[in-house]
Amino acid sequence: MTALNINGKEHHFESAADTPLLWVLRDVLNLKGSKYGCGMGQCGACTVHVDGRPVRSCITPVGSIGAAAITTIEGVGATPTGSKVQQAWLDLDVMQCGYCQAGQIMSATALLEKHPKPTDKDIDAGMRDNICRCATYVRIRAAIKRAAGLPETDSREA
Amino acid sequence: MRPLLHDSAEVNVSRRTFLTVGAAAGGGLLLSFSLPGFRLGTAEAGEAAGAPILNAFVRIAPDGIVTIAAKNPEIGQGVKTSLPMLIAEELDVDWKDVRTEQALLDEEAYGRQSAGGSTAIPGNYLSLRRVGAAGRQMLVAAAAANWGVPAAALTTASGVVSHKASGRSAKYGELAAKAATLASPDLATVALKDPKDFKIIGKPIGGVDSPLIVRGEPVFGIDADVPGMRYAVFEKCPVNGGKVLGANLEAIRALPGVRHAFLVKSPEGGRGMGLKDGVAIVADSWWQASKALEKLEVKWDEGVVDDQSSDYFARTAAALADKAPAKVARQDGDVEQAFADAARVVEAQYEYPFLCHATLEPQNCTAQVKDGKVEIWAPSQTPGSGQKMVASMLGVPATAVTIHLMRCGGGFGRRLANDYMVEAAWIAREAGEPVKLLWNRRQDTRHDAYRPAGFHFFKGAVDKEGRLTGLRNHFVSLGGWAGAGEFPAGRVPNLHYGTTSLPLRASTGALRAPGSNESAFVYQCFLDEMAHAAGKDPIAFQLELLSTPVEPAEDAGRRRFGMSADRMRGVLELVAENSGWNMRSRLPKGTGMGVGCYFSHGGYFAEVMQVTVAAGGALKVNKVWVAGDVGSQIVNPSGAINQVQGAVIDGISQAFAQITFDRGRVQQSNFHDFHMLRIDQAPPVEVHFRTTDFPPSGLGEPALPPAVPALCNAIFAATGKRIRRLPIEWTLKV
Repeated sequence: MTALNINGKEHHFESAADTPLLWVLRDVLNLKGSKYGCGMGQCGACTVHVDGRPVRSCITPVGSIGAAAITTIEGVGATPTGSKVQQAWLDLDVMQCGYCQAGQIMSATALLEKHPKPTDKDIDAGMRDNICRCATYVRIRAAIKRAAGLPETDSREA
Repeated sequence: MRPLLHDSAEVNVSRRTFLTVGAAAGGGLLLSFSLPGFRLGTAEAGEAAGAPILNAFVRIAPDGIVTIAAKNPEIGQGVKTSLPMLIAEELDVDWKDVRTEQALLDEEAYGRQSAGGSTAIPGNYLSLRRVGAAGRQMLVAAAAANWGVPAAALTTASGVVSHKASGRSAKYGELAAKAATLASPDLATVALKDPKDFKIIGKPIGGVDSPLIVRGEPVFGIDADVPGMRYAVFEKCPVNGGKVLGANLEAIRALPGVRHAFLVKSPEGGRGMGLKDGVAIVADSWWQASKALEKLEVKWDEGVVDDQSSDYFARTAAALADKAPAKVARQDGDVEQAFADAARVVEAQYEYPFLCHATLEPQNCTAQVKDGKVEIWAPSQTPGSGQKMVASMLGVPATAVTIHLMRCGGGFGRRLANDYMVEAAWIAREAGEPVKLLWNRRQDTRHDAYRPAGFHFFKGAVDKEGRLTGLRNHFVSLGGWAGAGEFPAGRVPNLHYGTTSLPLRASTGALRAPGSNESAFVYQCFLDEMAHAAGKDPIAFQLELLSTPVEPAEDAGRRRFGMSADRMRGVLELVAENSGWNMRSRLPKGTGMGVGCYFSHGGYFAEVMQVTVAAGGALKVNKVWVAGDVGSQIVNPSGAINQVQGAVIDGISQAFAQITFDRGRVQQSNFHDFHMLRIDQAPPVEVHFRTTDFPPSGLGEPALPPAVPALCNAIFAATGKRIRRLPIEWTLKV
């Protein structure tokens, strides 16, 4: 029996220790918001927080997590930063297909926890591991600034 | 052949339209409308000539909440929001009172339910407004009957019918039951609003599923959950169309969690995008199935692969450069004479690679086969075609196949094919249990209908005045198609377009703006070369070509296939103005601006890109300016700008990616070797629309094609180096 602390609740389940957290979340615990995109930590669609750090759940074995606190997209709205990020995403109508956006929101929330007033360079560094196949990057950048209470203009403009 | 596109942006309501009315559970009004389908006016459209019936449902509950069915698959293009907006506008309700529901597949009731070709807005703009207007008319008639006043004396607003003279008013929810008993209006004659009175159309409205998605609720195909379902993986031959001879099935069946392992032998040969040979593994969890897949050993018959490598394609194409093409697509005047008489002649070889679609949600499908009935949960762009294929492969009538349209984690043309659907149905039947089939990223990258690769051998001539007098293109194609009318055909006195096709084992298909995404690159870049050869400003050079009378004469942009020179000039002039094109000589060394323009899917786009190439060759895209013309009305400006910005960045992304083959096997497998653009590489994109007096056209695709040539032409302006071969490297050799 494995025990994990997810979104403030204790979950117990049977699973091999090498099973990636993503598949336990999705197929055992029915938390389907975290998405499978690449299975090798390349796209960021599966991003969750482990003790506040963004990690790729598709390459994180459940046996490696121990007592650390996991936050998923289903729980991130309970934090003040996560809630602001979700609202900014809706205010700016960021998404197209929406498949990557759970991962984007998790990465953005972790970024803002570390850099409450991020520069464009901070955003580049914090978000470059998340692919948006629809390429909604213009609005992702603006929404992060909005959630941070910054002007939404892109300082990289020539 | 180009994919099917609707010829007319206008819905043709030449036949009588019908409306049926019934009472919804709970006493509301249920409107079920049938409209004749829009007419398909091209020869290629024969398949669809059976005039599909369009039908939309509106449900009005007693509390006034209006539920509108969203008929088409949502792939990120925003139709689950924009199509219901059309109905809500004419129904005259507030958007806050509207709920949308994804319709099941039922093309007899709803008409064509597909996502492709940027057709949703042109194909539904009038018909769905009429659906809403008919509903409004019935509610007004119900109030008129209740109050004994003429309908003409009544007005509506925000879901309320009012009689000004007596001060009476009633909410739609109160009138719905009565309205359901009244005669149905003729949709062909129902009155529509004047666009100046629009309250919903033309306003930025957020995606209807977005509040669910930010909370991580299950809305995608991959999230489908059926009681008792197992999880499947399906391994196909690395070479398209290869046969399965055997596998270590006994060993696989003994692995943890594995319930079934069996060979699938395609009854149809497996060369197209249907069922192919392979090995299915069904387990208690997808991870267990995936672990078992690592132990799978298969014996394949790959067939002949000697002529199926990318370097072989390149060598073979190069040898064809000076040969006559196998097929002549278009011939005007005497191109050889034009070269002989020219002041300057330019020759250039262009090439672009195969591309996969890389939808971020890999192909997947959930299926259940029980008592001769099949139930499917699929993220598909063409669920109707999938239904027919599943019925045919499983030997059941199409009516026995129910299809749930699941939100798609990206489409881009990949989900026009339904291979995953027929695989899931087949595996579920063989397993005797409901299954969720999910491809891993390697399988998704290696079993696609790829954007065709191609080689173009151009030769162009300009005279002493800098006019384009001759143009020749020999297109050596790997699964692509050639447009005989590619601009500037008809505007150059001597022109020769020819094609030679090389044999290809891999499947090819439509990638966002199919045909156009690669044609825009080669033609717009070569025209830029000719402009420089002529000593002219590239925009001025194209404007001049666009002012040349064309043979055969254009039809002023009324047809989706016919380009209007006026409209193209309009967007070129607008983008020149907004981007500061005429000031570009003031840009610092290593920074340059390039332009591209293209007409596709009824839309006109011109784009200017500004790039900087640093001394070491590092490339940075600083900014993109876009001017678009999609007619008289943008339905949802928020979605529209998002589509355009995304398409432009997607276009840049395409220029840096490639799929290559080695003896029939795709060499890339995931995002580490098939690169997608990241946020730090994505430039700001400034979008302007030009409003013109033409029916609205779609926005899923037409903003993409000009991005690639604008980028390549900007690199030339910055460095003097021509990009004639894709992919581009982020660090250029300068």
